Amino acid sequence: MSVLLIAIFFSLLLTSRHAILANGFRFITGSEWDPVTNTFRSLAFVVGTLVTSLIALVIATILALALAILMGEYFKSGPFSAVMRTAVELLAGIPSVVYGFIGLFFFVPVVRAIEEPLGLPPFGVGVFTTALLLAFMILPYSASIAREMISLVPSDLKEASLSLGATRSETVWKVILPYARGGIMGGVLLSLGRALGETMAVTMVIGNANVLTFNVFAPGNTMASVIANEFSEASSDIYLSSLIEIGLLLFVISTLINIAGKVVVNRMATR
Amino acid sequence: MRLSRIALAALVLVAAAALGFGQSVELVGAGATFPAPFYSKVFDEYSKQMGVKVNYQAIGSGGGQTQLKNKTVDFGASDVVVTDENAKTFPASFVSIPMVEGSVTITYNLPGNPTLKLTSDIVADIFLGTIKRWNDPRISALNPDVKLPNTAMTVVHRSDGSGTTAVFSDYLSKVSADWKSKVGVGQSLNWPVGVGGKGNPGVAGLVKQLPGAVGYVELIYALQNKMPYATLKNKSGNWIVPSLASTSEAGMVKIPDDVTKVNLTDSEAANGYPISTFTWILVYKEQNYDNRPKDKVEAMMKLLWWMVHDGQQYAEPLAYAKLPAAVVAKAETILKSVTYGGTPVLK
Amino acid sequence: MSAIDATPDTAPAAYGLGGRLDARVRARLRGDVAFRVLMLVLSFIAIVPLGLILVYIIVRGAGSINWQFLTELPKPIGEAGGGISNAIVGTFILIAIASVISIPLGVLAGIFLSEQAKSRLGTVARLSVETLMGIPSIVLGIVAYSWLVRPMGHFSAVSGGVALSMIMLPVITLTTEQTLLMIPVTLREAALALGASYPATILRIILPSGMSGLVTGILLAVARGAGETAPLLFTAFGNPFMGVNVFKPVESLPHTIFYYATSPYPEWQSLAWGASFVLLVVVLALNIVTKLVTSRWKIQF
Repeated sequence: MSVLLIAIFFSLLLTSRHAILANGFRFITGSEWDPVTNTFRSLAFVVGTLVTSLIALVIATILALALAILMGEYFKSGPFSAVMRTAVELLAGIPSVVYGFIGLFFFVPVVRAIEEPLGLPPFGVGVFTTALLLAFMILPYSASIAREMISLVPSDLKEASLSLGATRSETVWKVILPYARGGIMGGVLLSLGRALGETMAVTMVIGNANVLTFNVFAPGNTMASVIANEFSEASSDIYLSSLIEIGLLLFVISTLINIAGKVVVNRMATR
Repeated sequence: MRLSRIALAALVLVAAAALGFGQSVELVGAGATFPAPFYSKVFDEYSKQMGVKVNYQAIGSGGGQTQLKNKTVDFGASDVVVTDENAKTFPASFVSIPMVEGSVTITYNLPGNPTLKLTSDIVADIFLGTIKRWNDPRISALNPDVKLPNTAMTVVHRSDGSGTTAVFSDYLSKVSADWKSKVGVGQSLNWPVGVGGKGNPGVAGLVKQLPGAVGYVELIYALQNKMPYATLKNKSGNWIVPSLASTSEAGMVKIPDDVTKVNLTDSEAANGYPISTFTWILVYKEQNYDNRPKDKVEAMMKLLWWMVHDGQQYAEPLAYAKLPAAVVAKAETILKSVTYGGTPVLK
Repeated sequence: MSAIDATPDTAPAAYGLGGRLDARVRARLRGDVAFRVLMLVLSFIAIVPLGLILVYIIVRGAGSINWQFLTELPKPIGEAGGGISNAIVGTFILIAIASVISIPLGVLAGIFLSEQAKSRLGTVARLSVETLMGIPSIVLGIVAYSWLVRPMGHFSAVSGGVALSMIMLPVITLTTEQTLLMIPVTLREAALALGASYPATILRIILPSGMSGLVTGILLAVARGAGETAPLLFTAFGNPFMGVNVFKPVESLPHTIFYYATSPYPEWQSLAWGASFVLLVVVLALNIVTKLVTSRWKIQF
């Protein structure tokens, strides 16, 4: 198993060595992606990936926490809880391309309807739409883990809080959440890891503009999406190598985040 | 155990599949989306008539060239002839055969689907991002009868490596010095503004969905989706509507000896549409590589021969222009030069 | 009712003069209700896309499903009709290949991990598996391209199957490991004490008792693999014809959806809705079956 992992890493490293040597460190600091002049810099995509993922994370965490609190504290058992739990698990099982399809036909017009009255160019597609779609895709991961953590909080802590006169919501806010904080963070990190690598849904709604942008209502691009777009036609060796180098970068970043998440969850769970 | 019997059945199925029942010849091609509706029709007809199946994946001209270079396909399809620089990186020499002629239209999404007149400098400035709104005075001056809304323009370009882009940017470079210096010619460009769609269908899809959008697609995509397209002023100063007729006209120019050097953009033809192009199929000159079976090579060459002759009848119903006779003659010469083990495949 | 549900408003200290609750306490109680409402609202918002997807796809997709749709090949652009039979068969072939690779390897790896849970090698191996699980599927597609497509010289179902197997492998491994860890040690000790050999113990005692968990893992992995598109873009490639030769390109359901959804043709878009419907039915059915299997066959010790 670990052999496989190492093999994958070195395979990526080897096939992108051409680009690594040619592009150098500027690969990560520059933002121009120009196949005409064979200039390949990845910053635009790194930023695109991080911005969409972070916004998605904020939205997803809020929603996931609500779900987790509801299922871990208020409705721990019973038919309602079972339905909600099934619904969350089903959300996780829906293929990415189906999310992209729905994004294209539902989220894009909705976002466009928001952009128009605000005077913004009515793209519909863009960073914000992508982040919104991503949020729904990743929330099952943090929701399930957070729910576990919340339901693991010892009853005597909760009872003590209530007997001292706190309301249920105050107990959640001031006792349960701080206690489960670590585990919840772990779940959040794991869902971030998922968001970073998401390809199909992103490439269908992000607008595929290879430019560095912090404007959330403008189109942009992410690392995974640009690989999907341009891989089959990368004609020059350096073009292909650069795309693989982006794949390597993506591999490294998502692996680090995932490991961090797992470590945090494990440490919290064994407390 | 039932599980083991299921596993056995699965293995048998896989083995049977691996042996590949159905020994008819199958060809794999990849490339341009520009001629994809034509190829799709032509391959379907050929398969009905001759039983040869062609698996064509429209992944863009860039994809077609790369996959041929990697020898993962039998033929590549590209709207532009491969640049000399790129051709050097191919493992062996290859030929480019012209197949059909099409035109790149400027399509847009405006209420009422009006037909707009645009000059080349306006088109360049739209795609450069200099003109930002539809009711820009330069546009309304040319189109006094059209009520142009104060909507922002959303440029839609290709997100993948595209021959259509190469042809379009070639035209823009000829008519706009600004474009030439800022962006240049190529299959993948560093676009100053806009969103990217995958393939001609992707661009058409985005333009159709985004109000105020403007993009460039092959004529048939605009026609099939009932989208409006612009009338352009050509080199001779005439206003030309993109159509089968004006596309054919554009091809009525002197064909150079090396047909791959022909360039129809900003055509000299008096009534020719200014953004027209031939589209090409690329195959290796020497077909005996990687143990390619002879019958497959023969089938492929017969297909290509058929496409430039009988296959041309399917072009016009799809608004592609047939190859002019002079070009067909050149195509025949090129086709006859393809060899298998040194001997020409087609006699 | 336990002490958890004891409400604070019965506490005497909360009552001020006149027998009414102190204003601050009333505010806190209102906040409590508001909080609960907020949690409910947010939770429903979170579930909204699920409902949306199901409704949209059932409405738009179910209409496309007929016998012709399931048995025919796609037609050229502009012609009505056609179907997705090649995609259905293609997905089946890809999953079959991926399963042949990932099920045996995954179960073995899961057994290994459950046996070596505490050792150094075990920890390293588990970390590798979990890392593998987190790798974006497009990266795995790149790897499969370099390992198989380039050397072979063409796209193939085999390369697509290999890419999918790398995605399915960690899922099967981890669920197998977790299932086997839940089986009490006494079972194994009893078998060994009765003189059974180590491999026999594993194969004849441990695995069968954990079968439901194993099947769960496999079904989940298949659901995941069936829905993946990115790695197939440059491995299995796509095929407008019925492809059954594993050394040639094949079409797949997710690829069909992607290709046709982003096109402007209404005929193709309805193909995509139909394909989404089929895919969704398959994936959700697998997920639901999994839940039923785990709950009904859970062995009580």
